[in-house]
Amino acid sequence: MTVSLSAPFSREALKKLKAGDRVLISGEIFSARDAAHKRMDEALDRGEELPFKLSGSAVYYMGPSPAVPGHPIGSAGPTTSSRMDRYTPRLLDLGLSAMIGKGKRSPEVHGAIVRNGAVYFAAVGGAGALLSERILSSEVIAYEDLGTEAIRRLTVRDFPCIVVIDSTGADLYETAPAQYRA
Amino acid sequence: MAVREINVSVLTEKVRELCISVNLRLSEDMTAGLKAARETEESEVGRSILAELEENLKVAENEKIPICQDTGMAVIFLEIGQDVHFTGGSIEEALEEGVRLGYTEGCLRKSVVRDPLIRENTKDNTPAIIHYSVVPGEKVRLTLAPKGFGSENMSRIFMLKPAEGVEGIKKAVLKAVEDAGPNACPPMVIGVGIGGDFEKCALMAKLALTRNISEPSPLPHIRALEEELLTEINKTGIGPGGLGGRNTALAVNINTFATHIAGLPLAVNICCHVNRHAALEL
Repeated sequence: MTVSLSAPFSREALKKLKAGDRVLISGEIFSARDAAHKRMDEALDRGEELPFKLSGSAVYYMGPSPAVPGHPIGSAGPTTSSRMDRYTPRLLDLGLSAMIGKGKRSPEVHGAIVRNGAVYFAAVGGAGALLSERILSSEVIAYEDLGTEAIRRLTVRDFPCIVVIDSTGADLYETAPAQYRA
Repeated sequence: MAVREINVSVLTEKVRELCISVNLRLSEDMTAGLKAARETEESEVGRSILAELEENLKVAENEKIPICQDTGMAVIFLEIGQDVHFTGGSIEEALEEGVRLGYTEGCLRKSVVRDPLIRENTKDNTPAIIHYSVVPGEKVRLTLAPKGFGSENMSRIFMLKPAEGVEGIKKAVLKAVEDAGPNACPPMVIGVGIGGDFEKCALMAKLALTRNISEPSPLPHIRALEEELLTEINKTGIGPGGLGGRNTALAVNINTFATHIAGLPLAVNICCHVNRHAALEL
């Protein structure tokens, strides 16, 4: 089934999602990848505020290519999520509600997803041109010096994702391939 | 013996053009491979992902938006005929300038950091990874294959023992593919190097990715191994996007070389479905 979701999310809306559900996300999400996660982690160590409110928010693991004139953003598909695993449980415990990326997560991230009622979505890796058409605007809100790795506020409409790890910890990367293992 | 002169500015221009074109359009072997995968895929989710990938290719070409935001680190193979004399400056600087111009003018992502530990972005995607070879004749062959790191990170080298033989090779390749799973953006292309030594097998694996996926090895026993490995990989169930299905890889390309009596080096260079490669002769 396909569910329309508005971001930021409510915990109730996220709780209803099951691994394998297809969703179309509309609203505001934030891009951050390796270098931005490292900086956010260091900011938290120093007791500083983060560049965006974690509670209810989705972080999109993505570093775009430069915008082609006439478009708000360049190619904008997901990067491999596991590189952010080291930083993710802390963010989830502070209220981060959802992540959009691709690829498997660590047991620690699984635990933090269940503990906090969060959700992990996958977008189709390598479909960055197509996904860019669902991004209506993009604005750098922090760490501009990081270039493609800066944190961006993205306004998305009907951004297509699939629920990979739901709030109960069910993981589509474990269950779906098993059905086709010969 | 006549010496053929080529001005290095030709290298700059060709590299610039190729950087842009390969990031906007896949080669025909790859588009045909994706289409065939969609037509044979049993999983409904898998089919829809493959259809999105084909749609993505259309958007990329029409809107001039890169196929993938990871426009890669530029890998260049330059095969130089020994009767060629390059004029007008440094070959290396000419190639780097081509990468710099291509990535800047083509709105391609700058994904390279100067120092692996300090990690400051060079802001023009240089330096490239350049491999030179010298061959007889007066031709120059330039191959460009920008490599994304979602799949590069999942690549592996195994220094097998001769006694492990072909069974050991199959087990290791399958392990690399299973470990890569959804991280490497399947359906993947698997470049394999067997033999040589530690660095030679890695280089062969990378070069194997630049061979068209419709083109098997000319060696009958290696061709059979390519086919068998592809069948086994597609039984893992990983499928498109790692969300289940029969199309985990589009091809296995193997290159081989002589090796030492004590060794059986194996490199597995994994590439995602955005396997960008183009070659031209000067």
